[in-house]
Amino acid sequence: MKTRKKIDSFFEVDDACLIIHITDDLDHHNVISLREKADRLIDKERVKNIVFDFDGVSFMDSSGIGMIMGRYKKVIFTGGKVGVASVSNNVDRIFRISGLYKIIGKYETVAEAVQAL
Amino acid sequence: MKKNEMMLEFDSVSENEAFARVAVAAFAAQLDPTLEEIADIKTAISEAVTNAIIHGYENKEGKVKIHCMIEDNCLKVEISDQGVGIADVEKAKEPMYTTKPEWERSGMGFTFMETFMDHLTVESKPDIGTKIYMDKCIAKQAV
Repeated sequence: MKTRKKIDSFFEVDDACLIIHITDDLDHHNVISLREKADRLIDKERVKNIVFDFDGVSFMDSSGIGMIMGRYKKVIFTGGKVGVASVSNNVDRIFRISGLYKIIGKYETVAEAVQAL
Repeated sequence: MKKNEMMLEFDSVSENEAFARVAVAAFAAQLDPTLEEIADIKTAISEAVTNAIIHGYENKEGKVKIHCMIEDNCLKVEISDQGVGIADVEKAKEPMYTTKPEWERSGMGFTFMETFMDHLTVESKPDIGTKIYMDKCIAKQAV
């Protein structure tokens, strides 16, 4: 049976999928705390896949790319996948230029991403 | 010729990354840029300031300076630190190259600065510091 657990307003665990709702600009400053909390949950909840929800995020720089690549490296060893959902035009440009779509999937909605991974 | 100038100096703490990019974007707003051009400027400033904080000063105390000039329809930005400097600038500019993989740096900072601005020059001396010069001209909108 599927279980969806809300950790707080930023994190949810749906089965073995960690959903991270990013609510602010994704820069070096905001990446630091997000990374710590995410890694703790990945270990504790035995997370397989990760979905980053970018709804409402208008800014991301290369620090965001580093953070997503870091989480990708963490889950890929156990056969996990990473997806991003609700990506704005500005964030999409950063993903495209960095080549990140070669390793992560892009989805319209979080529900679609959770289903597809 | 239209001219305007502004200077900022702030502590090398990560809270100031958002402040710096928003301040420069607000200064550039008088050139009537598109939303995409504003995003370009914010990204480039964020990359340069983050580099100064984590590479230049290695997360230690220091001051980051930003000097902006508007000349006609162009924004010229100089971002400087008095940090450790870059030993090999050409190597540092290579996509995906980073000296701090353990901090999950993607190595895309200079690539984004080059992509989003019209021109990028990096001057750096080990133990003296780094100066980044970037230009971006804003196309005049048809009225």
